[in-house]
Amino acid sequence: MPNASSLSYLRFLGMVVVRAFSGTWRFYAWMTVLTAIALVGLNAWGHQLLNGMRVTDLSDHVSWGLYIANFTFGVGLAAGAVMMVIPAYLYDDHDMHDVVIIGELLAIAAIVVCLGFIVVDMGRPDRMWHIVPGIGRFHWPVSMLTWDVVVLNGYLLINLHIAGYLMYQRYLGRTPRKRWYLPFVFLSIFWAISIHTVTAFLYQGLGGRPFWNSALLAPRFLATAFISGPAFVIVLLEVVRWSGRLTFGDGPIRTLSSIMRVTVLLNLFMLMSELFTALYTGGSHATAVTYLFFGSHGKSALVPYIWTAVALNVASAVLLYLPRTRVDKRWLIAACVCAFAGVYLEKGMGLIVPGFVPSTLHETVEYVPTVTEWKVTAGIWALGMLVLTVAIKVGLAVWTGRVRDASAPASAAAAAAAGAEAST
Amino acid sequence: MSGSTRRVALKVLGGTLGAGAFAYAGQPVAQWAAGISLTETLRRHYKELTADEIAQLLRRLEAETKKEHGVDVRIEDVPAQEGVSFAYALNLSVCIGCRKCAEACHHENNHDRRTNNSYIRVLEMEQGSFDLERGTADYDHAVPAPGKYYMPVQCHQCDDAPCVKVCPVEATWKEKDGIVVVDYDWCIGCRYCEAACPYHARRFNWRKPEIPAEEINPVQGLLSNRIRPQGVVEKCTFCLHRTRKGLLPACLEACPTGARVFGNLLDPKSPIRWVLENKRVYILKEELGTRPRFFYFFDE
Repeated sequence: MPNASSLSYLRFLGMVVVRAFSGTWRFYAWMTVLTAIALVGLNAWGHQLLNGMRVTDLSDHVSWGLYIANFTFGVGLAAGAVMMVIPAYLYDDHDMHDVVIIGELLAIAAIVVCLGFIVVDMGRPDRMWHIVPGIGRFHWPVSMLTWDVVVLNGYLLINLHIAGYLMYQRYLGRTPRKRWYLPFVFLSIFWAISIHTVTAFLYQGLGGRPFWNSALLAPRFLATAFISGPAFVIVLLEVVRWSGRLTFGDGPIRTLSSIMRVTVLLNLFMLMSELFTALYTGGSHATAVTYLFFGSHGKSALVPYIWTAVALNVASAVLLYLPRTRVDKRWLIAACVCAFAGVYLEKGMGLIVPGFVPSTLHETVEYVPTVTEWKVTAGIWALGMLVLTVAIKVGLAVWTGRVRDASAPASAAAAAAAGAEAST
Repeated sequence: MSGSTRRVALKVLGGTLGAGAFAYAGQPVAQWAAGISLTETLRRHYKELTADEIAQLLRRLEAETKKEHGVDVRIEDVPAQEGVSFAYALNLSVCIGCRKCAEACHHENNHDRRTNNSYIRVLEMEQGSFDLERGTADYDHAVPAPGKYYMPVQCHQCDDAPCVKVCPVEATWKEKDGIVVVDYDWCIGCRYCEAACPYHARRFNWRKPEIPAEEINPVQGLLSNRIRPQGVVEKCTFCLHRTRKGLLPACLEACPTGARVFGNLLDPKSPIRWVLENKRVYILKEELGTRPRFFYFFDE
């Protein structure tokens, strides 16, 4: 019955739209604030388009800055969400399975953020079609940037399919068919690793930039992704629990914080290894590291950033290992906030800018983002939070069976179907 | 007023304010979008254009320059010549760091006047050291200074060019005569090439270039010194609009010391061949394996 099913799909989409625009006053306030920030960003981006990228503090010396820093961090966040998928599907963790949809929705929102930062960093977004395979001239497989286009958009599509399919089946009160989503779930695991590996390769393959030209970059990217992703999800799960829209046990949060206990130390260890290599060897190849941590030629804009990052990363590691953090949610959330902020600083500005300072001719030109850049950046994150809020609001309403299609079976049968799916 | 009418009234008010906010915030984007020329946006890649289409394009660009800058210019698309493979050499023993080459480049290539842009950066280096970390481009005193030597750096036209490799849209490529060019109407402005280049050879148009009408060089090349659009990357082309017609690069002609030697590698009698065969030659960052066509050399 193609007619009936396409009608119910339209009803499903209509329900998503209606639910995205209705809710409590708290929901309206939250969405209004986010929309306002997003509009400030849109306006600032418009000025950048009109007047050129001179409204940024970027230069021919430091040609990537805040936008690409946020892009890189965003890719990590998207990849980090896979740390819910792996326990749920590979280790058959039933508690995690109950909440795994949140990870998939987070991945979608994070990829939207990443694509946003790529668009605003382009000098000519009007020529975007040049990078579309088949229509433009796609320099694949030579340019790592084309690989990034493939893996990021692919990851977006895979997660849209998984989350969309599972939710639509729930909406209809049907049991999802494994062959329609399970292969994609396993694909998404490999794909999550690939998006961050490819993004690291983007930088680490450049011989002219010693700061990035290190084989440790991709492993460090993954380690930090598996800090920032779980940290964000833990806080998100607590918010969801507080909102009362989903009840679940402590298992998922326990698993995620166990993962973080490993990855925070791994990250600090690799950071130390990089620092040792640069500083013990010395010479001109170490100039970027010296600039980042101690300043060079009297310039030290990043020094406060990186030491704050190190302090936050160490603090999160200490907090995560305190026995108290296992029992007190507030301590765990503090650890997650420290970890998230530490990675944001370290893998954002702390990674991108030293790639350009000193320049390839060893000139020391500093970069400090302008107000316009911060506005655009805030706008994109607000857009991402809008996507995430709507996705989780609608997603959980469907997931918990509170919203059903008119043609769906009665609730008892639906609950049974949902139970059967959850145990797969 | 009942609760539901009040809610409706609030929603209408909110919706109106919201629509107003969207319209206001989106204004600059809309203004930008209105300024986009469809002909230019939908233009195919340079390599996909027929001879007729290139001729049309050149006339269109000339007309646009006339309209925007009030100057009659002649834009040509001079192809690479058969049997020619360009290379450049620079004598570090005689360069005095006067930066006349950088200045000549600025004028020849129609660079934005406000940024004082040039494809050449001259480094003041410490005698006895090749460590760039000990050099500087920001010197401001009489030259040559004691204990210093000078090293101008520009595009090395690498045979294995990292900038060409990384470009996601093939907006930059290597021509048959060895010169790396950019299709300014195809570049998306991602600046990956700028990150990849080990020689700081690429420049981005952070703003729309401004040049007083009387200072515009009217002899222009499609892939070289025509006035660039905002938001795209540009670079040194060894002045291909000159050199492909048998002239010398502007930087060479401006050099007062004769430090610069340019020519055809395939011509055994060319001065560049003589330098490469008879002088001690140094290649900057040779270890990166990019195989430059730019060489430094020394007198005895």
